Amino acid sequence: MDLALVYLLLIACGVLMYVLLDGFSLGVGIVAPWLERDEDKAIAVKSLSHLWDSNQTWLVFGGVTLFVAFPKAYSLVLSQLYLPIILMLIALIFRGVAFEFYFKSDTSRWWWNFSFSFGSILATLSQGLILGTLVQGGAEVGRLDWLTPFSLLTALSLLLGYGLLGSCWLVRKTEGSMARRSRTIARALLIGVVTCLGIVSVWMLLTQAQVAERWLTVPGIFILAPVPLLCGWVTRSLWQRLGDETGNDLHPLGLGMVLFLLSFIGLVAGMFPYIVPGQLTIWQALAPESTLIFALVGIVVLLPVVIGYNIYNYRVFAGKTRMEDGY
Amino acid sequence: MLDAALLSRIQFAFTISYHIIFPTITIGMAVYLAIMEGLWLKTGRKVYLQQAKFWQKPFAITFGMGVVSGVVLSYEFGTNFSRFSEIVGPVLSPLLSYEVLTAFFLEAGFLGIMLFGWKRVSPRVHFASTLIVAVGTLLSAFWILAANSWMHTPAGYTIVDGQFHPENWMDIIFNPSFPYRYFHMVIASLLSSSLLIAGVHALYLLRGKHREFAKVGLSFAMWVLMVVAPVQILVGDLHGLNVLENQPVKLAAMEGIWETHSGVGLRLFAIPDQENATNHYEVILPKAASLILTHEADGEIQGLDAVPADERPPVGVVFFGFRVMVGLGFLMLILGLFGVYARLRGRLYDHPILLRFAVAMIPSGVIATLAGWYVVEVGRQPWLVQGLVRTMDVVSPIPAEQVATSLTLFVVVYTLLFGTYLYFMRKLIRKGPAESVGQDGNVSTPEDLLPVTLNPD
Ligand code: HDD
Ligand code: HEM
Ligand code: HEM
Repeated sequence: MDLALVYLLLIACGVLMYVLLDGFSLGVGIVAPWLERDEDKAIAVKSLSHLWDSNQTWLVFGGVTLFVAFPKAYSLVLSQLYLPIILMLIALIFRGVAFEFYFKSDTSRWWWNFSFSFGSILATLSQGLILGTLVQGGAEVGRLDWLTPFSLLTALSLLLGYGLLGSCWLVRKTEGSMARRSRTIARALLIGVVTCLGIVSVWMLLTQAQVAERWLTVPGIFILAPVPLLCGWVTRSLWQRLGDETGNDLHPLGLGMVLFLLSFIGLVAGMFPYIVPGQLTIWQALAPESTLIFALVGIVVLLPVVIGYNIYNYRVFAGKTRMEDGY
Repeated sequence: MLDAALLSRIQFAFTISYHIIFPTITIGMAVYLAIMEGLWLKTGRKVYLQQAKFWQKPFAITFGMGVVSGVVLSYEFGTNFSRFSEIVGPVLSPLLSYEVLTAFFLEAGFLGIMLFGWKRVSPRVHFASTLIVAVGTLLSAFWILAANSWMHTPAGYTIVDGQFHPENWMDIIFNPSFPYRYFHMVIASLLSSSLLIAGVHALYLLRGKHREFAKVGLSFAMWVLMVVAPVQILVGDLHGLNVLENQPVKLAAMEGIWETHSGVGLRLFAIPDQENATNHYEVILPKAASLILTHEADGEIQGLDAVPADERPPVGVVFFGFRVMVGLGFLMLILGLFGVYARLRGRLYDHPILLRFAVAMIPSGVIATLAGWYVVEVGRQPWLVQGLVRTMDVVSPIPAEQVATSLTLFVVVYTLLFGTYLYFMRKLIRKGPAESVGQDGNVSTPEDLLPVTLNPD
């Protein structure tokens, strides 16, 4: 078995988990300023209090797994993207402490609302810049290569995308006028997301030879064609369900996540087998076997357990968010 | 002009010093919360539930601070020490990976239930969650200290093309300094949290507030202190012997010994002079260092002169750090003994000097912990991996302006954040426990325990 492929898959799953789970958590912060009442904002924060930490831990998992499997890539990527990564980390501080201090403050709620949304937005934009830079083949250490029109576009896409997930989460967790409002916001964001996805795709096809070759020639075109087709179908059905207030309130979130999954597959398909496009392939960056095997045992045994109790956590807090859960 | 390497080191030292403040408190406090909740389940006495519910709030904000500052660290190896990550990564990274899988996910997954699940799960499941969070913090310390100890006493590896390759994982994890460091650090956390708990309850007693509540907490914390403070001194002594064996240069710096000789005295005070390789204003207890470290009055101890000047750590920091830690350790012991004395005379709850002493000692645990870490880490310099990798050789090639930018951001954000943290800690402590905890110890009723009074819709 090729350990490099196994780890690539694991890292991809870790990153995907992060993007889906912290995606909706950050998304709530992104859309919070557009909620109408202060009570609504409090509920938005409350709906995440018990799980933001678990969701964020996938980021640590993704980073550490990259460190385990491809130490060269880890050190290369992190030092090349120094400033956006530091920005992301600092933004996550603003976001994280807001959860802890929000409900202990009396007069400074407005500040924690700000800290929550500012942190969420800045963290998302930094992640978008990082993503855009990676897709385009990284940056040179110490240069501002990560600030290009393309990376700004991916940053915007991610902002709208996370916002979409966040508003779908609120559709699930809230009731009445707040849920209705969330549906409206989600629809607006959906239009933005699809537009951005379209532009990003065309941009990549036009500028990156490897991507174009993979997507536009036989047999790639037949294997990959379902991805954009499915995207179209998912978008349509998400749009409809957001309009149907009597329908299942979990479906919008589910469909939003499928949309992310498809975009993610599209990206990875274009980049493989590079871990840093144009710089390092997964085989060039691989750690020694003893490292890989030791860590793999832990991952294989423990990850299912982790997923198990995370599901348990969601079930304990299932249903609409109640203000009185607390300590 | 400061260069990028130095700035990266300052940034790492700053961010990790900041981080360690919070785990030091949460590791011990998680155990305290589990014990209080267990006592409540066992005896049904409401005051235990009151304890658990009250301390959960300071715990929650401290934990949150630990989480946000920890995430920064997990990326900083790569951002600021990229060469280090590349060559030492194969040995250290799996330890961090196990930390994420066995500890971080566990803590995060059950913290939500512990804090917000009072009305959603049964008291037993709730207690189990608290217990799991406590175990999670101890596991987290296990893995990260294994990684850290390996950098002091590397074992179980080979070097292939300049990269460290693991050979024997048991040797890597249970490297020679690890058991000492683990127990010393866990006890440091127990001490630090007990001192905080004892001090706050002493404050309530001094002010005549929440008396019944405060008596339970003070009594418990003072017992812990009495038992654990002497154990820490003992473990610390063994730890010192281990340093003598594995990192004699560090030990010489801790003791301020410049020349190798026998019958070495214990320096109670001195001003080390790095340049001239000597001390000023020494106060020496004759032969005591030899006696403590070699168990012979005439035992020989290696001095700093055994290595060239560029392989010596900055002696001042190590020397004073060590004295601060040890001095505070003995003060803690005195507080513990004082507590027993007052207790025997039936005055534990209203001996004003004891109570004031306990309040004054609130920060001492955290200060001793930081001092201890400075001894350990600065004492290892110029090495990052003892004897094998030099710190200056493995920093990332980032321009100094960028590191200066990030360092400035961290200093500003962390300072503001720390102020906020202290503000909320003070606020929670001033507010005190909710006076009526649940009718008949039942958790599912009391309105006054709710953190918010907003009505949804
Ligand atoms: C002796 C204990 C100890 C030490 C030396 C460290 N930590 Fe830590 N860390 C903890 C004990 C701890 C802890 C007790 O598990 C946490 C959880 C909450 C808290 O206050 O501290 C924590 C939180 C925490 C988190 C957040 C976990 C989450 O999301 O739940 C990360 C990513 C790190 N740490 C990473 C590090 C790194 C990379 C370190 C060293 C360079 C480090 N910690 C030193
Ligand atoms: C948690 C308590 C800790 C504290 C307070 C602490 C403090 C410090 C300090 C002050 C330095 C700077 C020494 C110098 O450059 O003169 C340092 C260096 C370092 N420590 Fe620690 N340390 C701690 C734990 C750890 C752990 C757990 C690890 C890794 C697993 C670690 C890894 C490092 C590294 C990589 C350096 C080199 C960078 C530098 O010199 O600043 N430390 N630490
Ligand atoms: C009073 C007697 C004490 C002695 C003899 C002692 C001894 C030591 C020694 C020799 C080290 C350095 C180990 C190394 O360099 O590898 C150390 C480190 C340390 N000490 Fe102490 N110590 C004492 C008290 C305390 C107290 C009271 C605390 C905190 C409450 C504390 C917290 C620490 C910490 C956190 C470290 C760094 C981590 C570690 O190596 O465990 N110590 N101590």
